[in-house]
Amino acid sequence: MADFTLRVNGSERKVSVAPETPLLWVLRDTLQMTGTKFGCGAGLCGACTVHVEGTATRSCSTPVSQVAGKNITTIEGLSPNSQHPLQLAWIAEEVPQCGYCQSGQIMAAASLLAKTPNPTEEQITSFMAVNICRCGTYERIRRAIQRAASNGGAR
Amino acid sequence: MSPLSRREFITAGVAAGAGLVIGFYLPHGSNGTNGEVFSPNAYLKITPDDKVIVVVPRSEMGQGVRTSLPMILAEELEADWKKIEIEQAGASTLFGDQTTGGSASVRTTWDPMRKAGAAAREMLISAAALQWGVARASCKAENGAVLHSGSNRRASYGELANKAATLPVPTDVILKTAKDYKIIGKPIPRLDTPAKVNGSAEYGIDFRVPDMKYAVLARCPVIGGKVANFDDKDTKKISGVNYVGKIGDSSIAVVADSVWSAMEGRRLLQVSWDEGPNKDLNTAAVIDSLHQGASKKGVPLYSTGDVTKASGRRIEAAYELPFMAHAPMEPGNATAHYQGSKCEVWAPTQVPQDVRDSVATAVGLDPDNVKVHVLLIGGGFGRRLEHDYGVEAAQVSKAINGPVKVIWTREDDMRNSTYRPASYHKLSAVLDGQGWPVAFSHHVVAPSISAQKGQPGEGGVDPDLKDEAALIYSFPNALLEYVATETPVPLGWMRSVYALQVGFASECFIDELATAAGKDPLAYRLHLLSKDEDIKYFDATWHTARMRGVLQLAADKAGWSKPLPASHYHGIACFGCFSTYCAQVVELSMEQNQPRVHRVVSAIDCGQVVNPNILEQQIQGGVIYGLTNALRAKITIEKGRIVQGNFDDYAPIRMNEIPKVEAYFVESTEPPTGAGEPPIPPLAPAICNAIYAATKKRIRALPILS
Repeated sequence: MADFTLRVNGSERKVSVAPETPLLWVLRDTLQMTGTKFGCGAGLCGACTVHVEGTATRSCSTPVSQVAGKNITTIEGLSPNSQHPLQLAWIAEEVPQCGYCQSGQIMAAASLLAKTPNPTEEQITSFMAVNICRCGTYERIRRAIQRAASNGGAR
Repeated sequence: MSPLSRREFITAGVAAGAGLVIGFYLPHGSNGTNGEVFSPNAYLKITPDDKVIVVVPRSEMGQGVRTSLPMILAEELEADWKKIEIEQAGASTLFGDQTTGGSASVRTTWDPMRKAGAAAREMLISAAALQWGVARASCKAENGAVLHSGSNRRASYGELANKAATLPVPTDVILKTAKDYKIIGKPIPRLDTPAKVNGSAEYGIDFRVPDMKYAVLARCPVIGGKVANFDDKDTKKISGVNYVGKIGDSSIAVVADSVWSAMEGRRLLQVSWDEGPNKDLNTAAVIDSLHQGASKKGVPLYSTGDVTKASGRRIEAAYELPFMAHAPMEPGNATAHYQGSKCEVWAPTQVPQDVRDSVATAVGLDPDNVKVHVLLIGGGFGRRLEHDYGVEAAQVSKAINGPVKVIWTREDDMRNSTYRPASYHKLSAVLDGQGWPVAFSHHVVAPSISAQKGQPGEGGVDPDLKDEAALIYSFPNALLEYVATETPVPLGWMRSVYALQVGFASECFIDELATAAGKDPLAYRLHLLSKDEDIKYFDATWHTARMRGVLQLAADKAGWSKPLPASHYHGIACFGCFSTYCAQVVELSMEQNQPRVHRVVSAIDCGQVVNPNILEQQIQGGVIYGLTNALRAKITIEKGRIVQGNFDDYAPIRMNEIPKVEAYFVESTEPPTGAGEPPIPPLAPAICNAIYAATKKRIRALPILS
């Protein structure tokens, strides 16, 4: 066990866990922030996507020791009142079915728009192909990203 | 008009729980309150502060029941949709069978939900008339209130709730007709969307109770194997691990303060397995058993005329499908708290009542002392029709004498699951001089899911085949028969169940017949559907006219007869299952000998559409799920072990592979059926038929990319 200070959604959080513990489980079990999801545990599906210093990161494959002191953003902290252009676009396009993968999808999309504010369809597809949705919401995800981009989603 | 039976409301009356309510439902009784809430039946509560709470007796797994079912009730209630809230029913005795499956949620709640809403509406109108001292006929319900035309008076349902609760429940009510619908048929936004975009939606895996531990289980990797012995010395060195012990014969639970500690503990656990009778099982042996089954006489599922008497040109083909895994995004989990005389379970489950009963048996309690809460499901697809997660959680909770959440990893899910049965299909037809089939035979060979679970159907007919194998064409002579093989591979109901296998073989073969006859595949099918005919198949009646309708709709929207871009090809297929008709046209091209699906036009006839937005989701989702099944889904077995383990070797379709999916539905006021599964079966054959158009090569086995 070791002590780490994490900066999660702008707040300092102190945790005492084994250094190799994936960030995912620190968020979910230790900090009880369950918006970030466990899907594969192997960096294959993207359900666990968070931002570390603004970059989309697979929290299931990121040891907590690697992110101590860095700025971590989860779905809970993407916007203070769920009004991020991507969240609004996700609602407008009625994207979620089961919804389980959508935290990771939205966090991945936010990272895309932060770097590429007006992505082409190909850029969206290529970036988002790392995230799996078993309900098959991909077409609506793509539309929602386009909608958010046209509403200034790169904030 | 559809009269309400008294029994429905007497049964439902126990719903509200309080003693007063039970009194209310005695035959002479007449009130629907527990003192504060107007609760005329199990499906509805109206509070004096004007909350209208609809109880949802099915599980939400993405298919939208927490929106579509309340819409049905709200329509008859004349409710203000903005005031609707939902409450999830747990395992209960008030709603009949609560299984969420078989594309049946809308179909089976359509009548009770409408009647519940209509009865409450009538009571609220009566309450207003009494309160105002006016003729009942001068009052009407509208948008969550009762209005009096003569005096312009208005009272909200909340204001009338207490009064309404003192009134008799009507024993018959008149239901609305489709032309008066204000809610049903509208693309109303799903109620569960906002919580699913900010991380606040609570799935089974997110639920916690105070002082809860986390458990993962080491399960025997060999099908049917058992624990011989184990050494937990290293496991117990992991900080946070506080229990290791056998659960049943074939697994060992590692319990810890966090999921990660439990996983680390399991990684270090040394187990010797008694691999049992299946240690040499491999996929080839399963396929062999299917091929052997093909030479056996089957039990008839459907027969008309006499296929042995037909003469003409004989065409034969055989098709083969592999085991597949559901692989929902949310891995298996359940939370349980066993407390000696009772047990409480919180589970993302499609079968709360079965979980209750199985847990009761597993931990030695009466089912009345097991309470099962239904949590939001992160993808079901049939996997959560099994009881295993809930049972394991209860067993571990009993072992540690405290609350615990059992979590499966992705590898656990892939390798210890239940699987869509592998199958083999022998088809033959006899064509007349014009190429039309005068005889059509389909010999279905597959292990029976229900038989493996100890409930073989009558006469050896797997009961699922009754919903999933209808042959909806006019053939003068036809025979559909089924041979049940046996396999130790655990079997489960996976989205569209046997309809995927039967539809694949049947619709690929019809295409082969069209080719043999030198006819267009669409025209060939339309000809076989040209006579309006009712086809009885077990309890269902299928109509060739409705199948013709979806086929023509899909073809028209796809531009079947119009020229395609260079190197693009069309394929078509249609199939009916769970009382719903679906046809699809696929447009694809071949890139490096592999199909690239560009467009799928899907037409469905599922009767009255409750919510076209949710219907479109189900069709889009069904096509993408079906695309994984068609192109890549394959579970194989070596040395008694499932080979695939995660999303690398069992790889679902991703965004870079999706076609444009267009969803169309037939406008209908027939009673609604379902849409979760019917969009899946036509897809794989439509793709294979398009591949034939492109390459002149027939694909007769799934997955296509193997």
